[in-house]
Amino acid sequence: MDSMLEVRNLSVEIGAKEILKDISLVINKGEIAVLFGPNGSGKSTLLKMIMGLSGYNKTGGEIILKGRKIDGLSTDERVKLGLGIMYQHPPKIRGVKLNQIVSFLSKNQKEIEDLSERLSLKEHLNRDINLGFSGGEMKRSELLQIILQDPDLLLLDEPESGVDLENISIMGDVLNNYLKKENKSALIITHTGYILDYIKAKRGCVMINGKLWCVGSPKEMFESIRKSGYEKCKECHEPERME
Amino acid sequence: MNQKEWNNQFEPHEIETISSSGMDLSEKERSGSFLQKDNQVQFYRSLSEGIEIMSTEEALKKLPEVREYYGKNFSLLNRDFPKDTEGGYFVRVKKGKTVELPIQACLFLKAQGFKQKVHNIIIIEEGARVYLITGCSASKAANEGFHLGISEFFIQKGAYLNFTMIHSWKEDVSVKPMGIALVEEGASFISNYVCLRPVREIVMYPTAVLSGDNARASFNSLILSYPGSLQDIGSRVILRGKNTQAEIIARAVSLGGKVISRGHLKAEAKDIKAHLECRGLILSETGTIHAIPEMESDFRDVDMSHEAAIGKINREEIEYLCSRGFTKNEAQSIIVRGFMDVNVLALPELLKKDIEALEEKTLKASF
Ligand SMILES: Nc1ncnc2c1ncn2[C@@H]1O[C@H](COP(=O)(O)OP(=O)(O)OP(=O)(O)O)[C@@H](O)[C@H]1O
Ligand SMILES: [Mg+2]
Repeated sequence: MDSMLEVRNLSVEIGAKEILKDISLVINKGEIAVLFGPNGSGKSTLLKMIMGLSGYNKTGGEIILKGRKIDGLSTDERVKLGLGIMYQHPPKIRGVKLNQIVSFLSKNQKEIEDLSERLSLKEHLNRDINLGFSGGEMKRSELLQIILQDPDLLLLDEPESGVDLENISIMGDVLNNYLKKENKSALIITHTGYILDYIKAKRGCVMINGKLWCVGSPKEMFESIRKSGYEKCKECHEPERME
Repeated sequence: MNQKEWNNQFEPHEIETISSSGMDLSEKERSGSFLQKDNQVQFYRSLSEGIEIMSTEEALKKLPEVREYYGKNFSLLNRDFPKDTEGGYFVRVKKGKTVELPIQACLFLKAQGFKQKVHNIIIIEEGARVYLITGCSASKAANEGFHLGISEFFIQKGAYLNFTMIHSWKEDVSVKPMGIALVEEGASFISNYVCLRPVREIVMYPTAVLSGDNARASFNSLILSYPGSLQDIGSRVILRGKNTQAEIIARAVSLGGKVISRGHLKAEAKDIKAHLECRGLILSETGTIHAIPEMESDFRDVDMSHEAAIGKINREEIEYLCSRGFTKNEAQSIIVRGFMDVNVLALPELLKKDIEALEEKTLKASF
């Protein structure tokens, strides 16, 4: 199978602190992978590295998207190659309306209307982006943007945290419909596991302390983390390459 | 003036400059006009009943009751003012009159090295409502020009004045506006100030005195600062009446010049509410923004606050837009445009569009 994303031996520092330690991971085209792991373990850092955001110092390794090394590319160039991200904590931008971004992402007015209606964001379109948005509204707005952007690899950083159950179900359906399309891939970070009920993720892995540990069925892994905590993952599996 | 007269009196680039200070030459969407070039009043006309427009000198000559207004606001604050002015406009709106379309005034500098000094008197009688836009601009030829603009506003009981001033100067022009507004019981004074073109130096600190109960004032400004310029711009509100309200909002972007953004709120009565906000963006190594907010109160029962934030564009905001596919430059320009949002000003819809277009044009040239 063709690979969508390959991360090879990636090591990253912030300041002098090592955050990611020799991470390797492959996501194939059409595949959905789930990333678990305790707070501060480096999950968001991995997503931001893939996206090419600044503030991190790569000390080794490479990132390959659709067979092409992207380490030297700017974020917008990566977007043009088919990357998209849903932020865990998106910034607020004064004076910039959600609508401005959304109408840049899609020229299809009907699609914009339908999806913002579905995600109860119609009134938010005319508001400054994320300014005064509730936690759940921010997540819905992130989802609206990424779906309209139509990327091939979706990096979803806790898409459902802080979202009420009813909206999780709406978001889950929207995501699932999107990911059902041919060759769409995703890397999803979740603490709650709710999102697993809506999408067909085949593989999960756990990040602990900047290292990737065991690989398995996401649902089983989530259950085991829930029962026995993250430390158990370390015991039951040797660190493994997710390949 | 019709189009032909305009073309006879002004060069095309001058007409462009005059338009860029918010003048609607066709007057289609205005209810009155006044135009002064250097020290000469070119023309004025009222297009609506209940609005009087003429030069201040003429008003002082013809209308005896206007004389008591001349200098009145300055003596109220024990302040002196230059008497050697020539021209300036007199606008009076009759009691109870609501004017839908803005009145426009233009003060234009044309001759090289000319020192224009004007004295404006604006009287909004009881219960009247009006929009007034004043555009100040300079011709290419007006090298080393100087403009002094004295404005005295009298906003009488329950009246509403929405005053917009647009400065459209050039690199070597120095400017000194002096404005004082007297706001009576239940009246409102809204002042919008826009300066998006280069200038050498602007020093101004207009003051509103809320003398009557329930009066309110708001000063809003958008300032773009170019290398080599100094803009020392403040707003002051003295809250004298009970239950009065004031708001000062300033947005400044420095492309290399120096901006001093002052604000002063002074509570002289109980139960007042006042807020001061200054945000500055510095886009160049040589830019300086100095925010000096001041608040004073002798009373406990007041609600006064201020907020100031200065810095460069937040990297995270740029990257957020980049992660949606905008290039870094596009992202930067979107953020600056958002920062200079004309919604910060309290403009009527009609002027909002004009000023939005004007801002778009200026920013396009700079980014
Ligand atoms: N700019 C920074 N400066 C210093 N430390 C940082 C910075 N950014 C991230 N870190 C640190 O890097 C580590 C990994 O952070 P990261 O955001 O990747 O964690 P995470 O796994 O996503 O956690 P969470 O589940 O809480 O979102 C944390 O210890 C964090 O404090
Ligand atoms: Mg995180």
